[in-house]
Amino acid sequence: MAQLSTIGQEKSWRDRILSGLRSVSPIYVVLILLLIGIGTQNPVFLEPSGILNLLRRAAPLMILTAGQLFVIVSGGFDLSVGSIMSLTVIGASLLINNDPTNAWWVILVLFGIGIVAGLINGALVSYLKVPSLIATLGMLLALRGAGLYWTGGAPRGYLTDNFRAFGRGWLEPVPWVERFPYAVIVLIVVSAILIYLFHYTNLGRQLLAVGDNPRAAKLAGIQVEKMRIVAFAVSAVTAVIAGILQGGFGGVNPDAGDGYELQAISAAVLGGAVLLGGRGSVPAAIAGALALEALFTLLNLLGLPKPLRDAVQGLIIIGAVAYAAFSGRRSR
Amino acid sequence: MANAQLPILEARNITKRFPGVVALNDVSIQFMPGEVHAVVGENGAGKSTLMKLLAGAYTPDEGELFFQGSSISFNHPREAQEVGISIIYQEFNLLPERTVAQNIFLGREPSRYGVVDQRQLMRQTQAVLQRVGAETMISPDAEVKTLSIAQQQLVEIAKALSFDSKVLIMDEPTAALATHEVEILTRLIHKLIANGMAVIFISHRFTEVFDLAKMITVLKDGQHVATVAADAATPSQVITMMVGRELDQYFPELARADEIGAVALEVVNGSNAKLHDISLKLRAGEIVGVSGLQGSGRTELAQAIFGVEPFTSGRILVKGTERPIKTPKAAINLRMGFVTEDRKAEGIFPNQPLNDNILAPVRALQALLRRIKRFGTAEKPQLVLELVQQVDVRTPSIQQEVQYLSGGNQQKVVLAKWLASTCDILIFDEPTRGIDVDAKASIHEMIRDLAQAGTAVLMISSELPEVIGMSDRIVVMWDGRISGELPAGAGEEAIMHLATGHQESHRTAVPEPRGEGTLEL
Repeated sequence: MAQLSTIGQEKSWRDRILSGLRSVSPIYVVLILLLIGIGTQNPVFLEPSGILNLLRRAAPLMILTAGQLFVIVSGGFDLSVGSIMSLTVIGASLLINNDPTNAWWVILVLFGIGIVAGLINGALVSYLKVPSLIATLGMLLALRGAGLYWTGGAPRGYLTDNFRAFGRGWLEPVPWVERFPYAVIVLIVVSAILIYLFHYTNLGRQLLAVGDNPRAAKLAGIQVEKMRIVAFAVSAVTAVIAGILQGGFGGVNPDAGDGYELQAISAAVLGGAVLLGGRGSVPAAIAGALALEALFTLLNLLGLPKPLRDAVQGLIIIGAVAYAAFSGRRSR
Repeated sequence: MANAQLPILEARNITKRFPGVVALNDVSIQFMPGEVHAVVGENGAGKSTLMKLLAGAYTPDEGELFFQGSSISFNHPREAQEVGISIIYQEFNLLPERTVAQNIFLGREPSRYGVVDQRQLMRQTQAVLQRVGAETMISPDAEVKTLSIAQQQLVEIAKALSFDSKVLIMDEPTAALATHEVEILTRLIHKLIANGMAVIFISHRFTEVFDLAKMITVLKDGQHVATVAADAATPSQVITMMVGRELDQYFPELARADEIGAVALEVVNGSNAKLHDISLKLRAGEIVGVSGLQGSGRTELAQAIFGVEPFTSGRILVKGTERPIKTPKAAINLRMGFVTEDRKAEGIFPNQPLNDNILAPVRALQALLRRIKRFGTAEKPQLVLELVQQVDVRTPSIQQEVQYLSGGNQQKVVLAKWLASTCDILIFDEPTRGIDVDAKASIHEMIRDLAQAGTAVLMISSELPEVIGMSDRIVVMWDGRISGELPAGAGEEAIMHLATGHQESHRTAVPEPRGEGTLEL
């Protein structure tokens, strides 16, 4: 490759199309195949309302995955997001205390709690040099314990309708599809913001640099510690948003977010993120999350029992990482 | 008595090649029992390769080794050790979490009924520690990580003795020791040779070489220059043998006096854990070369100035104003750049495209949420394209990930990175290491072009021809200090004198004013 000397050399159309196709993340192909699979089982799912339903159900995971990507790209993991989601649901039910007028300040408080948890994660990793796996695992357990203590062990209270609207409400009337879920609006807005931050601002490039080579990043003047903290804060904020949506969708449940952290990591990897950092794309990660959700739907349609979901998820993580390692080696 | 004996270890016509370089070329040396034999030479002279060959870590491509008169060859260092040749590297081969006894008898623990006989292990360890005179200093059941460097070295020597070694090879044994520890080691080495052991060591410290060694072998560029008796040679003569090479490379012209401008950077009495009392001036338009042997503090100097491992005392003035530089970001903000020695570890982002590599420092100074320009900045949207042309990176596209570029092109990307941030003080650490000859020449020219454009350049290099060919002024480091400054065109010999902490024709005289430094280490 190095012997090619001219920059911006004109390539033939065929080459361009081929290299263009090659640079498309395989996750989009996987996603389309899964959707076709769902369509063959039950065409109703591919009607606009079916797609919107799938998106609505997938929205918490998609948002969470986009946030997780910020951490993965900078070279870490965030295992605490599932318990931040759970705590958001628990906290909302207890703080709103059946009074809909409380919902707005409660949401602000929930974001505050999430950001603090994210900042603590980041500070542990950046300044105390605790590996992120351990730091966020600790945070997971701490928040889960705190949540259970807060509720006294059983779900209490309920979520007011105005709070739940984010997760299960619909905007109507909307032309063509008749009604449009609020969750999908939230998904679009949050995704747009995160895509902008990651792909069009300094922030994203610096996160990639930190994950790719932290030493070189430091020597290039990047504040590595600060960047890592920002990444965990972003991840925690997406966890709160995902928690709010999940609460609206599923109601009060002290383990609303359990297992989501691993799903988000798997989805990001499916979307081509490299687990040790330095490589990743927000749209592809979001597509990865949607693909995972589509896969669960398909398995469901095929009549496979629920425990198989977990097994399949495990196989997917292994398969995706092995594929990434294999294709990385081959291209070198 | 030693002279009458046969050599215990002999290298005969040894040649060792590595891809692209002949590390040792037809080298023959005899090592006598009961003698200390020092091997000296510049960086890259082939000393380490020789040591590793003798210790069985490498096998020669040509030539033979003789041990007590018979030809031997080793497939593994373990085989050399069993024969009686032990090597102690600068980085010790000890398991920090294990005890002294476990380390010394690793894999050879005395056993009874199939389990380790602890009592026997302790007894044997105690005995071997006694032989190095450390039985009161080091407990057999102390964990190695709790020991000082000097104590760990004694454990290594004890381990060698436990193999009944007849030859002990040491790589820079005193580099990390304090004065009294060097004395202990010296006494021990005298005791070992009195018992008939041959001790071979590499050292950059001439005081010790002449204090300890009976014979001195000089290597240069993989060639055996000479083996002389220490009492028949002076340090100056040895240095002359170490250097003296034709300047056969092409270097760009040095700066004319009118091209050199105001002081851009000044360090006054800078010190930290590794550097002592550094004072240095760097002017616009000037290339100051920094020479020094390995471990002299060359890289540490660059890291201190650039805020990676900042000075803990002293002052840095940038264009006449005192500035605290505690982070690389602060240095970059003051328009400094640092082209690091280890490209892969410190210079590039391998998975990122060329343009993001080049723009990293520029972006680091900008607001986090600022919208990026893909190939440049708001002021210069085509910046990357221009720089890639300027430094002549051979790449199919500026979107190419730099991991796929050759070493020379990666180095140009690193350089472009600092050009993008419009540095006017640039530090180069080994700018041409591991780069082929053509790319070398073009990097030399780029460095000179930068200086001509008014950049103040500090260039660290372990290659004397590069330092001499490029520098308008040469600063020589030794032992974490600046041991002297030489004008452009200074000879290799003059540099080596300063770099070995030894000043011209004072064989035994204590050099002033750094006499204490000499004795200290």
